[in-house]
Amino acid sequence: MTGPEVVFTLLGVVAVGSGIMVVTTRQLVHAALWLVVSFGALAGGYLVLTAEFVAWVQVLIYVGAVVVLLLFGIMLTRAPIGESEDLDSGNRWVALGVALATAGVLVTVLVMGFRDAYTPLKGDQGAAEGLGASIFRTWVLPFEVLSVLLLAALVGAIVLSRSDIGPQDPASGNGKGNR
Amino acid sequence: MIVLASLTILLPFLAAFAGFLLGPKLSEALRAGGATPAGPEPPEDPRAVVFEKVPGGGPRTGERVWRRAAVVAERTPLRNGPALAACLPMAAATVLAAIVAFTVWRSPGERAGTLTLVGTGSVPIRIGLQVDGLAAVVALMVCCVALAVQVYSVAYMAKDPRYSSYAAFISLFTAAMLLVVYAGDLLLLYVGWEVMGVCSYFLIGHHWENRENSRAAVKAFLVTRLGDVGFLFGIFLLGIGAGSFRISDVLQRVPQMPDTTVTVAALLLLAGVAGKSAQFPLHTWLPDAMAGPTPISALIHAATMVAAGIYVVARLYGVFLTGSAALTVLGVLAVISMVGSALAALAQDDIKRVLAYSTISQLAVMAAGLAVGAKSAAIFHLLTHGAFKALLFLAAGSVIMVAGSNLLRHYGGLRRAMPLTFLSMTVGLAALVGIPPVSGWFSKDSIIEAAQHAALDGHRAPEAPAATLSRAHLPDLSAHMPVSGTPHRDLVARSLAESPGPLWPGVPGWTAWLIYLGLLVTVALTAAYAARLWLMTFFGETRGEFEPREAPKIMAWTVAALAVPSAILGFFGLGAEELRPHLGSALLALLLAALGAGGAFLLWNRDPAADPAGRLGPLRPVFANAFHVDTLYDAVVVRPVLALARLVVRADDRGIDAAVLGTGRAARRLGGLLRLPQNGNPQTYLTGVLAGVVVIAAVVVISL
Amino acid sequence: MHLAYPAVVSALLFSIGVYGVLARRNAILVLMSVELMLNAVNLNLVAFDVHWRDRLHGGQVLTLFTIVIAAAEVGLGLAIVLLVYRNRRMIDVDRLRTLAEDGTNGNAAGERPDADARHGAEVSSS
Repeated sequence: MTGPEVVFTLLGVVAVGSGIMVVTTRQLVHAALWLVVSFGALAGGYLVLTAEFVAWVQVLIYVGAVVVLLLFGIMLTRAPIGESEDLDSGNRWVALGVALATAGVLVTVLVMGFRDAYTPLKGDQGAAEGLGASIFRTWVLPFEVLSVLLLAALVGAIVLSRSDIGPQDPASGNGKGNR
Repeated sequence: MIVLASLTILLPFLAAFAGFLLGPKLSEALRAGGATPAGPEPPEDPRAVVFEKVPGGGPRTGERVWRRAAVVAERTPLRNGPALAACLPMAAATVLAAIVAFTVWRSPGERAGTLTLVGTGSVPIRIGLQVDGLAAVVALMVCCVALAVQVYSVAYMAKDPRYSSYAAFISLFTAAMLLVVYAGDLLLLYVGWEVMGVCSYFLIGHHWENRENSRAAVKAFLVTRLGDVGFLFGIFLLGIGAGSFRISDVLQRVPQMPDTTVTVAALLLLAGVAGKSAQFPLHTWLPDAMAGPTPISALIHAATMVAAGIYVVARLYGVFLTGSAALTVLGVLAVISMVGSALAALAQDDIKRVLAYSTISQLAVMAAGLAVGAKSAAIFHLLTHGAFKALLFLAAGSVIMVAGSNLLRHYGGLRRAMPLTFLSMTVGLAALVGIPPVSGWFSKDSIIEAAQHAALDGHRAPEAPAATLSRAHLPDLSAHMPVSGTPHRDLVARSLAESPGPLWPGVPGWTAWLIYLGLLVTVALTAAYAARLWLMTFFGETRGEFEPREAPKIMAWTVAALAVPSAILGFFGLGAEELRPHLGSALLALLLAALGAGGAFLLWNRDPAADPAGRLGPLRPVFANAFHVDTLYDAVVVRPVLALARLVVRADDRGIDAAVLGTGRAARRLGGLLRLPQNGNPQTYLTGVLAGVVVIAAVVVISL
Repeated sequence: MHLAYPAVVSALLFSIGVYGVLARRNAILVLMSVELMLNAVNLNLVAFDVHWRDRLHGGQVLTLFTIVIAAAEVGLGLAIVLLVYRNRRMIDVDRLRTLAEDGTNGNAAGERPDADARHGAEVSSS
């Protein structure tokens, strides 16, 4: 076991552990915070894998934007701040079975397939320069399409969250409006 | 010729449809077309049209209202759409039937034509007609009686709200009977036979508002249906045995068929005949059928329904001749029917029921004639009976409408008030009794003569001495044949083919004697009940509360017109050797008739106000109930069948229905189980999807 | 570095995400779990990109795209969640049962008045 492997294993344990906390914690806000930890550990993992640019984008967008967005969502839905008992549905045990089965199948397959694959880590694979050149040269069309998609998502989000347009009565917020 | 015959059938048929579809509209159109109405319509009293227990089957509207309507109806014949649609085609059909009959008379012989051939895969069905002397004469009689009934009904049913459909059904009835008469194919004949059954159902139940009437209609339908099943199977047996349903083919091939087949077929046919012609033991529907309007009774009794049975026996006589078993059965049934129903007629209080039992009795006389081999005489009697029975029923209808009652004890002394009806009815009753020189005497006498012959001389065909090929003589004949070893059957076939005269196997001697004695007893009884009817209706004091006066002209004159053939039809029989009256039997019959009539007169003369039948003492209720045959059937057939039906219903409810419902419930429960996963929760759906994916992936991985 | 390490980590993260999606009631928590799954995919992509030394950087570029799409998805998802919350006063996934046929057990649970009351009480108490 080499040095990067040890570091990656530690980071992976943190990411997986905090992920488990995300899906098991009884406090909504804590779940979001554990998510930050998981994403941060993943970003560290990217760094170990020499994908620096992706790592920074991960920190910027996921930790900086998405989690904040989720926190806003928690706030706007007036979720309870303290512990709540009923964050898990009755489906829990079935879900656990399915998740374990998924993990079993995936891990088995990956270990069977890539037991001997070894990656020598060199520093130039994830540099921003090469990545940027690749994006704006080879992948420029998907990039532009993605920008249109973002715009569409933006418009959609606005339309969905505005209450003064559409067929719905703005005054009715009592659970009968959209039936 | 065939075209004329088919036209004769089609005309009433089309008339029926025209009547069904546009009878009332036609009437409106005619009324609107007339420039000025003949007179103001008499204001209708809505209360007058009340359907209570209907004497004579007419809507009881009160004699006055009815008479006014009848007078209006006969005064304005051109404004009565349904009546026009019914009577004019009927008249045309009568003319056509007369032309057909005349042509056949001029050049006798059988004419057959096939309109179309329906392939069935095995035995083809020939939609064909066949006209010979028998068919032509009977058809003419049917047309005449039907025309008389239609014309009579115009006045009789003047106040009936459903006159249009009534007249149309009469037309359909007549068309069906004509189809039976002219049919050249057994299945075609059966079609007409069945249509008649349906029409009789509708017409007997014309006033279905009354529960009794609809029950009578159902009874008539079911009882005749019972016979029809046998009839149908008899047809099948004959058709398959002969390889063809054509009547002439069947008759030609009967000798080649096995004896048992023919006998069984004949017995099955007899079941149908007994049903339609109201012979014992299927006779019970006929007296109940009196619930229908009186002209319908006339039609059923004189022209159509009941005549069809006798006609079919005459038509398929070859089948019956082959074995003596069928003829014996026919003869015995005829004797039971004629004596029993004549006794029953003696005690009836209802004028229509007297006539109904008289019809059974007279039909039995014809059947007896057929049983002893006197086919011509039987058909002759069928014709004369058609004329005088139609006359009697129509006259009875007039009496009923005038008197407002069906019951003999309400009549009396009508001869002065209703002279035309009285005279006509006298002729009719004289014909019924067989008083010379009215028609009934000739026909009945020739049957008695034939029976006497059969009883005294044994196995000899009275009608065709030339074709005296009874079984007993067959060996002698075959011995004379040059080709030795020729089977007897071929011989019989050849002789049949050469001379269509009847080959009479003869009924056993005791049957012939039974028939002969039965006929004589019947003559006496007939005279007795006819005299009773005549005396109680037209003589003595008027016992009911009504104003006796002559029926409306159109009715009275129709009846009078029928009196002419009733009186003189007998003389047409003088042309044929076997129909001429014979002195011995004629005198005997006359003596017996005088005895019966004299007895009735003496009883009546003691107390003209009382019913001569009262002298029967304890026998009277037995006779009045027709020997309780109905009660017997009720106990033996109806109740067990009803009980069985109830059992079946219960089995259906508790067993089959429960099973079906249980299946439904089980399916629902199973569906409910399957529905549990479909609870609307997307998480469980997704769980299922992912679990499925994992399972598939695991299977793939493991199999790798 | 052996490829098995990032691969196993990503598989475990994905399974955790599956569990979260299937087991959590709160719609926002479900969204978080979806993010976990997406990140597992991202890790896989980066690891294989590094492993194959892709000259076009397909894996890392796709990772970037996925991150962008994830951001858009979270935005839209939150908007939908807010809409649901505005209409129903709750965002419990297992109580949104309009998919169920009428007359079954699902529909009635969608609008339990006591649940709303409880939510309101909790909000005010905190």
